[in-house]
Amino acid sequence: MSLGTLATPYEDDVPISERGPASIDVTAGFGFWLFLLSDVVLFSALFAAYAVLANRTAGGPDGLHLFNRPYVLLETACLLFSSFTCGLMALAFGRRSAPATYLWAAVTFVLGACFLGLELSEFTRMIGEGAGPTRSAFLSAFFTLVGTHGLHVTTGLAWLVAMMAQVATLGFRPVVIRRLLCYSLFWHALDIVWIGVFTIVYLGPSHV
Amino acid sequence: MMGKLTWDAIPFDQPIPFVVSIVVVLGVVAILAFTFFKGWWPYLWREWITSVDHKRIGIMYALLAFVMLLRGFSDAIMMRSQQALAAGDAQGYLPPDHYNQIFSAHGTIMIFFVAMPFVIGLMNFVVPLQLGVRDVAFPVLNSVSFWLTCSGALLINLSLFIGVFARTGWLVYPPLSELAFSPDVGVDYYLWALQISGAGTLMTGINFTTTILKLRAPGMGYGRMPIFCWTALSSNLLIVAAFPILTATLAMLLLDRYLGFHFFTNDGGGNAMMYINLIWAWGHPEVYILVLPAFGIYSEVIATFSGKPLFGYRSMIVATLGICVLSFMVWLHHFFTMGAGADVNAFFGVMTMVIAVPTGVKVFNWLFTLYGGRVRFTTPLLWSLGFICTFVIGGMTGVLLAIPPADFVLHNSLFLVAHFHNVIIGGVLFGAFAGYTYWFPKAFGFTLDERWGKAAFWCWLIGFYLAFMPLYVLGLMGATRRMQHYSDVGWQPLMLVAMVGALFILAGIGCLALQLWVSIRGRAFRRDLTGDPWNGRTLEWSTASPPPPWNFAALPQVEGTDAYWGMKLIARQERARAAGEPSRWQAIHMPKNSAVGVVMAFFTTFGGFALIWHIWWLAIVGAIGVIITALTQAWRVETEVEIPAEQIAAFERSRPQGAIRGEIA
Amino acid sequence: MHLDWPWRAGVLDPQGPIGAAERTILLNATSIMLAVIIPVIVLTIAFAWWFRAGNRRATYLPDWSYSGPIELVVWSIPALVVMFLGGIAWIGSHDLDPPRALQSKTKTLEVQVVALDWKWLFIYPEQGIASVNRLVVPVGTPLHFTITSASVMNSFFVPQLGSQIYAMAGMATQLHLQADKPGIYPGLSAQFSGDGFSDMRFNVEALSDSGFDQWVGTTRAAGNALDLAGYQNLTKPSVADKPATFGAIPPKLFEAAMTHAVK
Repeated sequence: MSLGTLATPYEDDVPISERGPASIDVTAGFGFWLFLLSDVVLFSALFAAYAVLANRTAGGPDGLHLFNRPYVLLETACLLFSSFTCGLMALAFGRRSAPATYLWAAVTFVLGACFLGLELSEFTRMIGEGAGPTRSAFLSAFFTLVGTHGLHVTTGLAWLVAMMAQVATLGFRPVVIRRLLCYSLFWHALDIVWIGVFTIVYLGPSHV
Repeated sequence: MMGKLTWDAIPFDQPIPFVVSIVVVLGVVAILAFTFFKGWWPYLWREWITSVDHKRIGIMYALLAFVMLLRGFSDAIMMRSQQALAAGDAQGYLPPDHYNQIFSAHGTIMIFFVAMPFVIGLMNFVVPLQLGVRDVAFPVLNSVSFWLTCSGALLINLSLFIGVFARTGWLVYPPLSELAFSPDVGVDYYLWALQISGAGTLMTGINFTTTILKLRAPGMGYGRMPIFCWTALSSNLLIVAAFPILTATLAMLLLDRYLGFHFFTNDGGGNAMMYINLIWAWGHPEVYILVLPAFGIYSEVIATFSGKPLFGYRSMIVATLGICVLSFMVWLHHFFTMGAGADVNAFFGVMTMVIAVPTGVKVFNWLFTLYGGRVRFTTPLLWSLGFICTFVIGGMTGVLLAIPPADFVLHNSLFLVAHFHNVIIGGVLFGAFAGYTYWFPKAFGFTLDERWGKAAFWCWLIGFYLAFMPLYVLGLMGATRRMQHYSDVGWQPLMLVAMVGALFILAGIGCLALQLWVSIRGRAFRRDLTGDPWNGRTLEWSTASPPPPWNFAALPQVEGTDAYWGMKLIARQERARAAGEPSRWQAIHMPKNSAVGVVMAFFTTFGGFALIWHIWWLAIVGAIGVIITALTQAWRVETEVEIPAEQIAAFERSRPQGAIRGEIA
Repeated sequence: MHLDWPWRAGVLDPQGPIGAAERTILLNATSIMLAVIIPVIVLTIAFAWWFRAGNRRATYLPDWSYSGPIELVVWSIPALVVMFLGGIAWIGSHDLDPPRALQSKTKTLEVQVVALDWKWLFIYPEQGIASVNRLVVPVGTPLHFTITSASVMNSFFVPQLGSQIYAMAGMATQLHLQADKPGIYPGLSAQFSGDGFSDMRFNVEALSDSGFDQWVGTTRAAGNALDLAGYQNLTKPSVADKPATFGAIPPKLFEAAMTHAVK
């Protein structure tokens, strides 16, 4: 994959900051990184809320009694593995191979969907046990933090479908490649957030 | 089918909102009909509504700000008159449930739909020109940002005609803003309007940070960037870092209200104090988002009209970035009285004062820019001088409030109200007016009338002091904020003085309107033919007034700070070459217009309204509309329009000979 | 038309040690800062005027835009002022921290405060009485307030006595004040709480020791016992309640108010 860096020619001894406007590949990627950072701030606020409300169980169930660690391990495996297959997809579109791109996209989608399915069934179980988000502040914070991550995953799956439709109809033109690269960044970032989630929520103090 | 929406939502029984609603609706219909029958709609659609040109979008932001200033100021006049009347046993003319909506709307509109759009509009117009480039990094996203802001503004204003607005103050603290205590749609109007416009603002932050860091003319390293661009960078970094906190916090309150969650409720373990922490973690950076670009404007204006470079350019950059970082470390000073304890209070108090250091440095640097200059007392410079004198008072009272024990007796009083109006009006608004007057000729090709501009300045300055100095005194006398009436008749004289001040400000707004009217009518005599009416120092003045869509026929090669000033000096030493040969110019590709912004905003407005009134099917339609609009944009392959070299050559030929490289004395 | 003089009302006319200390801080800090900002304002106008374009006597320094010594001074002045005021802030925050008890040989009077919609309930746990919208206290006695809200956030504030502090549901905040002179001092809520907010006023009546004891006795004798049902009635929204007293209260009334805030 070729990423042009600059729109205007330059000499080697000119510092990058003086070489004129960067190319669209650089600016699109940079802008998307900023968006990801802003998303991290959003999650930070949700993490902070969770930390503050973690012990406000209003006499109801707490994490120790609700969370099922092997289950979470399985969810995590699905998501982390989907990041790997997303990387394989990136290698595929890097060499402009449509069949390989579709293949790894499909595998990524399935793994992501498994993650979501497992998460949804966990939520359903908890709600069925009377431990829904309206039960207590702790549960409100839990469902919101984990649920927001889940919503991001859902959006990621929808985006993946849209991207495959773009590959099918528009081919590997530069704008599509840029969007695929941004997509991979997004998907990997979701993984990183999930590591934060399962560390703080599922492996957190409520289990000590 | 229509959720909670019934005919009861329309205020048939409340004269003031009802009459105002009718007048406004008729006015809007009249304007739409007028423009339609004049045949202006195709032009407006093509040249403005679907424009992705930062210059056009900037102008539209400023227009939104001015219109919303009228609404926000009407609220202010009502508040001042109510407080001037309701002393002792008198109840004034606004019952509590109206008055409470009015002050809540006043604050919300002024911050989110006047100050933010004004500042963002100025940054939009000026930054790419000062950087010597053709547009921002993501022009279509820029249009989406603007239209989402409009969508939010529209929703807030709809609450006047349909339903009610929040009765909680502009930050909707829980538990008061929870369903138990605010069961009606008022808080929902606030929440959805701000979620929608907040998304637009976040996109602006990403857009401008990318633009300033990645898109600058060749040779413009960081040390050669205009100071306004440095302050714009800091402001947009703050937007990227702070607005997600607002989104998350308002979302939590929405979850409490819509789905029965317990983030901030009194029951279920909710924690209202957490809301206050989160909202101010956004809220304090927000005020720096507003004031930093204003500081940048003052730097540009004072340097230009002193005929000297800005004093201490590097120091100003360090101070700006220092303020940027420190603004995240002071938020608790908004609630010293919540009981965090002495160590915590003292820490945040000291940090707040530390911010006064770089701010003080800036004031001194402006002073020394004036020193040794040839100062021209134009309207922008008057706004800047008025700012320095006024803002330092507001800064002083801010440092006073930063001392926790002092705050214990002044928190939430009229002293606080006077302080923040002091810094926002004296700092942000004066700066916006200075920038508006300064860059108006660049945007429209003719200067604004100086006499009416100066009249506006003096009315605002006198009006500000008359309106707010009494409030400092009243706060010290024990008057708290948000009073619909008060029992101590001894406060009434000062309230009357404040009312007179508000009338002076009204006159100031009138002068601004007259200034615009007079200037447009007489524009033939006020044309800016050279593009450089002020003998400016930065690159925007090297373009025509107004600049062509592509800004620069060829990106300038920058060799120092105050790039344009340097070019003019060189041009005095060497002859400017004729610009007419077509072979000198190449075709330029500019981004094509896009309707995605306005169409998306159309759907967010309906969707937001639907969510407020629990009309679920319509909310789903709105959401699907937004998604389909985005997908349509994603499949657009023709994204650029080519401007042929001949057109560029013809434009360059049409500019006055000496203008381009600037041979102005 | 009657005008109160600012220095004879409110924060600038404190009637107790907390308020007096706070006023001192206010005045000191203001004076220090005025010493900086008045010259700044004067210099702004002076420089702009002297260096006006029409003044040919003024030196034009078109390239002068940096000076190390000046930079040193302009960073130092605000830094020094801030260090000084920061010290005041640190010490003042600790000395005047609301939960910090006052030094006194006199026994502290305990008052529990419940912010309701839209009135104030004052409970005297040791005397077994309560009052609405009327706070009677003995002069020269340290007062310890334990404050909560039965509904939304409010702020308990008596400007002439000193600090305010938030009243929040489900928790108790602590405040220490003292009235040094007999008199009537206005009190209010300083945190907007809804439609009846402007009427959440009460008077603090500072009486001599014997006057206070007399008031306690009269209140007990007047009867009008408050029971939990009566308290529930009080939690219903009402505006501009006339001051009232209760000669007897249930035990742990404040704790009940705290744990049963309106949802």
